[in-house]
Amino acid sequence: MEQSPLAIYQAYIDKGELAYQWSPEAGRAVFYPRVVCPYSGSTELEWRVASGLGTVYATTVTYPFQGPGHNIVLVDCDEGFRMMSRVEEIDPMAVKIGMRVKFRVHPAEGDQPAYPVFVPAEGSAP
Amino acid sequence: MTGLRRGGAAIVGAAESDLGQVGPGFNVIDLMAQGITRALDDCGLTLKDVDGLLCATTQSRTSGLNLSEYLGISPAFIDTTILGGSSFMFHVGHALAAIQLGLCNVAVIAYGSTQRSIGRQNASVREINPYETPYRPFLPSTAYALAASRHMHQYGTTRGQMAAVAVAARQWALLNPVAWEKKPLTMEEVLSARMVSYPFTVRDICLVTDGGGAIVLVSPERAKSLKKPPVYVLGQGQAITHANISSMPDLTVTGALESGRQAYTMAGLAAKDIDVVELYDAFTINTILFLEDLGFCPKGEGGRFVEGGRIAPGGELPVNTNGGGLSYCHPGMYGLFLLIEAVRQLRGECGERQVQGAETAVAHGNGGVLSSQSTVILGTAATV
Repeated sequence: MEQSPLAIYQAYIDKGELAYQWSPEAGRAVFYPRVVCPYSGSTELEWRVASGLGTVYATTVTYPFQGPGHNIVLVDCDEGFRMMSRVEEIDPMAVKIGMRVKFRVHPAEGDQPAYPVFVPAEGSAP
Repeated sequence: MTGLRRGGAAIVGAAESDLGQVGPGFNVIDLMAQGITRALDDCGLTLKDVDGLLCATTQSRTSGLNLSEYLGISPAFIDTTILGGSSFMFHVGHALAAIQLGLCNVAVIAYGSTQRSIGRQNASVREINPYETPYRPFLPSTAYALAASRHMHQYGTTRGQMAAVAVAARQWALLNPVAWEKKPLTMEEVLSARMVSYPFTVRDICLVTDGGGAIVLVSPERAKSLKKPPVYVLGQGQAITHANISSMPDLTVTGALESGRQAYTMAGLAAKDIDVVELYDAFTINTILFLEDLGFCPKGEGGRFVEGGRIAPGGELPVNTNGGGLSYCHPGMYGLFLLIEAVRQLRGECGERQVQGAETAVAHGNGGVLSSQSTVILGTAATV
């Protein structure tokens, strides 16, 4: 049985790596992982491991009805793909567009598998 | 959509169902049927005349079947395209095509929602996205907040400018007897309300109400013999750019740029020719984005444009004259109400909030998280 794009992606995360797909035909990164390249229509997609470095493209703090707010960002990864994530270790409102961030794994909890989050990259503190 | 004929169909009937909080036990098909019978009364047609049915709701998986059975009709043409709140503007394009091709003669477009009565989470079941859900976005608010953050960063748009959109909408709502909100709203009240997803407080975000409605479309020839002055479909356009906010190419530019271009081209009109502007204001940033993308001001200038009451009653440009999704009514997929208001403005039926001498209107629908955009341009008999 063929492994799903999500299963392969998750296996990388589980060993501490942020993976994305590379489309040789389109010459660009593809994210989220899928079975066909949305830029070229090609099904030839290679898996690559990202450096884990990126730049905050957009940011918000979402407040539940009770309890503190949590950060949600879109990160432009250096390899040319964008993903939703969260910047940790600083006040959620202190996360700024343009901030350099670095990937780490947020460990699995209950039914939620491990997933990628970001922390400020060194030298990027505002 | 190319091949559609300018003025190839006219909206001849338009009506809301009950709005706000409907009576206990009403379901979405009841509200669609209520909207359809009222819209048919509005133009003097009956259910027996209806041979085209277009509808969308999040609360009935096969709404086309349920609604046909309920009404006792077997439509020759049926379309249940669902792309979020803009679905009904897409339907207008499809109805226009169907009428032009002779697939049907009398098309009704209907909507219903009881999300206030049954709860938003029950009305629209949240889909799991393994690449977004772990971050606990409160959708759609979080997604639009991300777009707002980007607009603020790139163009210096402020929370005060966004609040001006909410204040203008409330001023219009106070002129609309069926609007949900009945009290004035100040800039300060918008800014100090409960924060939902920065930069949005609860007053930057649309209402959660029940509601539904319908419009009736026929050929321009048939339209002339009906009760009310026909409102002609001069232009229609549509664009889909993404589904999830993490896949939106540029968070400051929406598909309205393309849908508007198509609609203006078909209509042979430009933003400067439009008298009444109805924009899908699920969030205050929407009004700003769509004013820009539909050419009412340059990209990045939307925040400054809405200052000083420019889009409020008595301002230079009448925008969201019913009070909008922010203050009049927002049952989840609001697009149909923009079309209803545009029709009423062009007929001169709007009482205190009537835009004098209105001959052209734009009704712009938005769906998902800025994902689907569809623009409809309407005009009176003088414009065809």
